[in-house]
Amino acid sequence: MRHHVVLVSLLALLIGSTVWVTSLGKVGIYTTFSYGDLLYSAWAHFKMVLISVALASAIGVPLGILVTRPGLEKLALPVIGGANIGQSIPSLAVIAIMAPMLGFGLRSAIVALVIYGILPILRNAYVSIKSIDPAIIEAARGMGLTRMQIARKIELPLARPVIMAGIRISTVITVGTAELAVLVGGTGLGKITLTGVFAREALIILQGAAPTAAMAITLGFLLSKAEQWMTPRGLKVGAEIL
Amino acid sequence: MIRLKKVSKVYPDGTEAVRGVSFSIEKGELCVLLGPSGCGKTTTMKMINRLVSVTTGKIFIDGKDNAAMNEDALRSNIGYAIQDVGLFPHMTVGKNIATVPALKGWPKARQMQRARELLQLLRMDPEEFINKYPRELSGGQRQRVGVARALGADPPVLLMDEPFGALDPITRVDLQDELLKIQQEIRKTIIFVTHDIYEAIKMGDKIALMNEGRLVQYAPPADLLFRPKDAFVAGFVGADRALKGLQLIRAQEVMRREAPTVSLDESAAIAKERMKQEGTDRLAVIDAEGRFTGWMESAELEMGDKVRAAMTTKGVTATKHAVLSEALSLMLTSGLKVLAVVDRMNRFEGVVTFEDIQASLKKVACDEDSA
Repeated sequence: MRHHVVLVSLLALLIGSTVWVTSLGKVGIYTTFSYGDLLYSAWAHFKMVLISVALASAIGVPLGILVTRPGLEKLALPVIGGANIGQSIPSLAVIAIMAPMLGFGLRSAIVALVIYGILPILRNAYVSIKSIDPAIIEAARGMGLTRMQIARKIELPLARPVIMAGIRISTVITVGTAELAVLVGGTGLGKITLTGVFAREALIILQGAAPTAAMAITLGFLLSKAEQWMTPRGLKVGAEIL
Repeated sequence: MIRLKKVSKVYPDGTEAVRGVSFSIEKGELCVLLGPSGCGKTTTMKMINRLVSVTTGKIFIDGKDNAAMNEDALRSNIGYAIQDVGLFPHMTVGKNIATVPALKGWPKARQMQRARELLQLLRMDPEEFINKYPRELSGGQRQRVGVARALGADPPVLLMDEPFGALDPITRVDLQDELLKIQQEIRKTIIFVTHDIYEAIKMGDKIALMNEGRLVQYAPPADLLFRPKDAFVAGFVGADRALKGLQLIRAQEVMRREAPTVSLDESAAIAKERMKQEGTDRLAVIDAEGRFTGWMESAELEMGDKVRAAMTTKGVTATKHAVLSEALSLMLTSGLKVLAVVDRMNRFEGVVTFEDIQASLKKVACDEDSA
């Protein structure tokens, strides 16, 4: 409940300041962006995040699960390690590298965002399967469940909340990183923020940054609700915490 | 029923876990695989349902080579219970128990009917527990559900890998007694792995003692105790053989069923009279339903007119299935030299005294000398 109060006041503050700056109309010698510009950029930003996270999930979840399978376990270290390296390069650098490689445009931006956002998804998918109590799997095998049945009826339901958490973390990170997409020819709220940066006008920076933060908070909240909804009831009850 | 013929297991790294083990288990028998950790007992058990493959040798179940069967079908016809239970946390108790029936495609109603039956068999109230989740249960309750799940589709064979190893001593004894009682009813062929000699002696019809991958001695518990085949067996069984021999005797074999009692509402005078008649200074006090409520000692006769007022309420109880070593340890911890034997409803059935246990101990020790 207290958590919700903080969340709502923060959102109100962010949206309020966006509306305030927009209503000023003029900051110094610069005209502020219009509501139309704002909505257009916010929508473009959201779409970019959505496409990137969807792609990162489509690659990261199956890959993370795949490297837990017997026979493929040897690949776990290079795959997770590779993703770790991807994440340890500064986001600005990942995006900057994309431009000379793939040219300017939305495509480069999305590829960069996928590379940068895949690690939490991949790592959580891997950990979600690996952290299942081995006794559960041994009991299932001992009772004659086939590998497919174990994956479908036992492993996936138990892994689901952790996988969802990875997607949530990645989404929140990607909303922020997508600010930089404009550098390689992408779109989004970064256009507004960077205009503020070049114009050295803090209020215009705020006009781009505040809605970005609001978007990150809102998506994070909605996805944490989805995570709770996808958690099997048996994992929510009882005194023990996973 | 189950026959192992020169079974060996060599792992790819060259470790010889099991070396040429041969023995057979009769239908309806509880066979304990016993030995120090790393002796190959669990590996041997897991080769029966092919969780581990044999390197050389053959295992026959009801005369059929288990290597020739489909491994998933083989396993679903063998109950499996392990120390860490491994209940599925996202499924209710009922669904957990019905795992194998569901695999076999039983109709839903029959699955739940079966789950109810098994909960009842393991003395858990079906109404209360069938819709609970594993996280809502205590350790003992989880292991009960684990055993119920192993019995799910009524398999003729049960494999149990240290099933009570993680439980506290009281719950463990409770579940051992429960399993023995159930076994008298259902007569499954059970392979029971443990490293605990006390548990082995108590549970096993036969014990297969293993060491370094070899079967050292395969015999009934009494033979293992008193006719050890070699120095390893004697050493493993330990010096306090007579004391361990108490594991072989149950309270029902020595208890006095005609022990004098007095009712809660009778007067102290009647109690005094009865003590004199029976030549004892202690009476078991029972209530109107025949439930044991405590002891009336001669020293307490003056403490009140009615037994209810005069008696001391302390007293320890055990069921008639309890083995004498447990009875002895109860006496030692309570400081009383007498133990009331009661049934599941706490109804009084008789007494076991310290002297009775001493006499049994002497008898066991004599057997040892003559052996």
